[in-house]
Amino acid sequence: MTMQDPVWTYLEDRNLTLGPRPVPSEGMRHWTLTRDAQGVAWAVLDKQGSGANTLAQEVLEEFAQILDRIDQRAPKALVIRSGKREGFLAGADIGEFRGVTDEAAIRKRIEQAHAVVDRLAALTIPTIAVMHGYAMGGGLEIALACTQRIAVEGTRFGFPEVQIGLHPGLGGTARFTHICDPIAAMSLMLTGKTIHDRQAKAMGLIDALVPERHVQAAVDAAVAGSLPQARQGVLDKAKDSAPARRIAARQMRTEAEQQAPSAHYPAPYALIDLWEEHGGDLDAMKRAEIASFAKLMLTDTAQNLIRVFFLRQTLKDLAGKTDAIRHVHVIGAGAMGGDIAAWCAWKGLRTSLSDVKPEPIGGAQARAAKLYEKIAHGDRLQVRDALDRLIPDPDGLGIAQADLVIEAAPEKADLKRTLYAEAEPRMKQGAILATNTSSIPLPELREGLARPERLVGIHFFNPVSRLDLVEVIAHDRLAPEVEAAARTFVGRIGKLPAPARSAPGFIVNRILTPYLAEALILMDEGLAPETIDRVATGFGMPMGPLELADQVGLDVALDVAAMLKRELGWALPDAPQWLADKVAAGDRGRKTGKGIYVWRDGKPVKSNSPDPDPELADRLILPMVNTAVAVLRENVSDDPDVIDAAMIFGTGFAPFRGGPIHYAQQRGIDDVLAALSALEHEHGARFAPDAGWEALR
Amino acid sequence: MSRAVYIVDGARTPFLKVRGGPGPFTPVDLAVQCGRPLLLRQPFAPEAIDQVILGCVNVIADEANPARVAALRLGCGAQTSAFTVQINCGSGMQAMDTAYRYIADGGGDLILAGGTEALSHAPLVLRQDAVEWLAAMQGSKDGPLGKLKAAARFRPDFLKPIVGLERGLTDPITDLGMGQTAELLAHLFGISREQADAYAVESHQRLARAQAEGWLEGELVPAFARDGTVHDHDDGVRPDSAPDKLAKLRPVFEPPYGKVTAGNSSQITDGACWTILASEDAVARYGLTPRAKILDSQWSALNPAIMGLGPVLAATELLKRGGLVLDDIDLWELNEAFAAQVLACLAAWEDDDFCREVLGLDGAAGRIARERINVDGGAISLGHPVGASGARIALHLVQAMERHGGELGIATECIGGGQGGAMLIERIANVGAAA
Repeated sequence: MTMQDPVWTYLEDRNLTLGPRPVPSEGMRHWTLTRDAQGVAWAVLDKQGSGANTLAQEVLEEFAQILDRIDQRAPKALVIRSGKREGFLAGADIGEFRGVTDEAAIRKRIEQAHAVVDRLAALTIPTIAVMHGYAMGGGLEIALACTQRIAVEGTRFGFPEVQIGLHPGLGGTARFTHICDPIAAMSLMLTGKTIHDRQAKAMGLIDALVPERHVQAAVDAAVAGSLPQARQGVLDKAKDSAPARRIAARQMRTEAEQQAPSAHYPAPYALIDLWEEHGGDLDAMKRAEIASFAKLMLTDTAQNLIRVFFLRQTLKDLAGKTDAIRHVHVIGAGAMGGDIAAWCAWKGLRTSLSDVKPEPIGGAQARAAKLYEKIAHGDRLQVRDALDRLIPDPDGLGIAQADLVIEAAPEKADLKRTLYAEAEPRMKQGAILATNTSSIPLPELREGLARPERLVGIHFFNPVSRLDLVEVIAHDRLAPEVEAAARTFVGRIGKLPAPARSAPGFIVNRILTPYLAEALILMDEGLAPETIDRVATGFGMPMGPLELADQVGLDVALDVAAMLKRELGWALPDAPQWLADKVAAGDRGRKTGKGIYVWRDGKPVKSNSPDPDPELADRLILPMVNTAVAVLRENVSDDPDVIDAAMIFGTGFAPFRGGPIHYAQQRGIDDVLAALSALEHEHGARFAPDAGWEALR
Repeated sequence: MSRAVYIVDGARTPFLKVRGGPGPFTPVDLAVQCGRPLLLRQPFAPEAIDQVILGCVNVIADEANPARVAALRLGCGAQTSAFTVQINCGSGMQAMDTAYRYIADGGGDLILAGGTEALSHAPLVLRQDAVEWLAAMQGSKDGPLGKLKAAARFRPDFLKPIVGLERGLTDPITDLGMGQTAELLAHLFGISREQADAYAVESHQRLARAQAEGWLEGELVPAFARDGTVHDHDDGVRPDSAPDKLAKLRPVFEPPYGKVTAGNSSQITDGACWTILASEDAVARYGLTPRAKILDSQWSALNPAIMGLGPVLAATELLKRGGLVLDDIDLWELNEAFAAQVLACLAAWEDDDFCREVLGLDGAAGRIARERINVDGGAISLGHPVGASGARIALHLVQAMERHGGELGIATECIGGGQGGAMLIERIANVGAAA
């Protein structure tokens, strides 16, 4: 529960235990080193010019200086801690990995970094990492090189390296599997998932879990040697034997293949190889880790995933910081409106939700309760507080109190305008009116508004809780500060804003539709849906177009396609009659339990089908790529990175390909154009290369 | 210093009949369900509230000081103080009365006051001898053998829990159940079973009509359970209630000759009610519209065995202090703990000797016509969540006066343990009735 309270605000800083008051140490910008009355040295990291601590080259070099001083002055023990309130260490500075091409140079740098960490590990005094907030990647690897690890309650841990096509590279693969149950350690590194404090304690990643107020006492215990060290048990050691590793590695490869096929994602398999070959031998595994890490760094996959990491950062930066939204009102408690409201409340905003009838509001609340219980990991207070913030509001009273009113009514312009006519006069001075429309042009919706400059599009994707992208839609009369406030709101609720101009389908639906349409055409040509979907997953999509159409809702997909055809005069054939019949019969996809597939327990039931012709990938993917270029040419978004990011975070477009436009550039524009022309020749005008390609050459 | 105090708004949850097992809401859940929409329709932020006072009789273990828990969950902020009051069936009114006095004395400008009760969550209590056995076992210092010896003293009947609610509805001094005190009043004032049943039927009919006509609009806000169920009306109402049906019920408290049945008693329910009380300053600052002014309040006490007469004592005292007579009061809410008890109160005011000897009046106070009392039903038809009822009758009095017109109203209730509470309010004209 967030509460503004001057007493706690004043006292909060006192809660942190950072050793003696840090004084700037000569020659160091990021670290301070002090010695307390007991003769314990405290090395506190507060990376300058950065919100989070990362293991930048400079930070590591300064840490080597700290180790020099430790050697000279021989304190009783060394404590390593972060001076930032948010967390310990977020891992490597990924910017330093970007665009590297020289394998030997990378190897040299990693060897140097290893040498520093090895020096820490070789110290004969107790070395104690005190972690709070988060300890990720390289940060956690430093902690693993200490003799003891203390965590403050609420700390999260993880090795996210696989998400950027790498594995830990600072000795972590060796040390982690050496200290803990190697299978559990491998599983954490292979999935890139974060774990919470109790899980870390249970697996022996940390020796003590304490509230902040007992950090000093725990450090004292560690210095005195009375804090028991978590270590591998007999069973864990057995798991690290060569025959056991062989069996486990085989199983890991099978499981990894389900999540991240080796054809596209080499890192998990490199990690499994490392452990299978060298597990149990700390030094050999560390050495092998350096070579493996350097090799991975140069792969297209790693470089493209690093690109995705920065695309996320780009969109985050578009969000801005000044945040004026405290109360959100959502009109319409259907699938989208209800889930948008639930998400806003989860993210700490007071959120009221109205609908013409109370029952859908109840339904939305029930869905919210289920979602919260899943994502709160058993924290019932978080669930309660979020549900308290989500206020069912059948009378729409919240409209008068909200800083932002989001309309998520059915896609009918008349209905939306009627709702605006009722809402606008009741809204607070300075409040923003937003529409979640996916298909109606904003100039059409702003008609009749007293303040058209305060209507903005804030377009979420389904499922709201899982898709990070939100399109922020502008129109020619929108006030710039309203557009900026909408982006900031999107950032405030932990989503990524993609600014776009109001044009049919905006960015994502526009690009996605020809892909879904082509899948339907392939079905009409007699291919099994399972086969078609496998073409797409083979390319690297998280799910195929037909499964996606079911997920989105066939009715919604059809509406959007018809609208785009109408507005843009697209050369798409009409949607097949059987599809219209299906929708008319109420088979609308996942939400009704039946669409192109039959859905059971939230999953499509798929039968065996012949393997697809790999050539078919172009037929599905290139219409998307071609449309992405049109979106850029028409200035729906003027930034190819935003378009790529929108497709990755809004639809899961094969992330290791770096986005549709980046994919075309990497493959070669000429090659893509040739393929499009061939397809145009064979299948018709819908494949005609867009005029925008010229500008990309 | 005595400043004017206004009731500017209020709302309650539907009153939900207990149907075996805990209901969907705890006491604080109910207070939150009711408080959120009420605060949402105010022109001020929840943080503007100076103090929160909540009546609650059966506080559950997870919600010590439910007023504070509710205040924080409603977003009133860390700096808003909150406390819980308890005077049994008068708790909700006690909360309002306390708020009234704070504001009148200048100790606050804007106070959220009300009551909540989740009788379906009333705890099961272990028998005293079972508690002693548990303590002996846990406290045994003679090692495992001692523990085993202590454990051997277990008797199966230790597991038979006592329903806390039942004990709560029994007066500890006289060991009389509340229903029994109503039996005593029926006897003392000659109330017949038929009269009591007829009164109960009318209570149901009045509530059913109020629901159908939308007379509870604004007062009643729907409650949304976690599973999505929408509770939007008082579900204990029986529009088809009829004297011949009620006549078939057995007397529950004193069979076979008693007159008080489940049908002519208040229902056991869950519910909450909040009101917002404001000073003149707060009214001006936030542009609030006062609905009523609190003129006076009174708490009186008498022998617990005849607690049902509490309203007669308290309300008469209010009248005397205000230089008023019974007829000056345009509308009454007298909490329907039991039909026989309400009728006994009315009979007492019509009783020449009683009024002279006990109330110090010159003769009978008079007759309150049925058209002027509990006009939209009461606890018999919509239930009696004990901590909430006192606030509900005060709020509904305001709501009903806006419909009926008139100037003065009294809300009053009898209180287990032998007390009565009453509040005198003045409708602020230009609201409601004219519309």
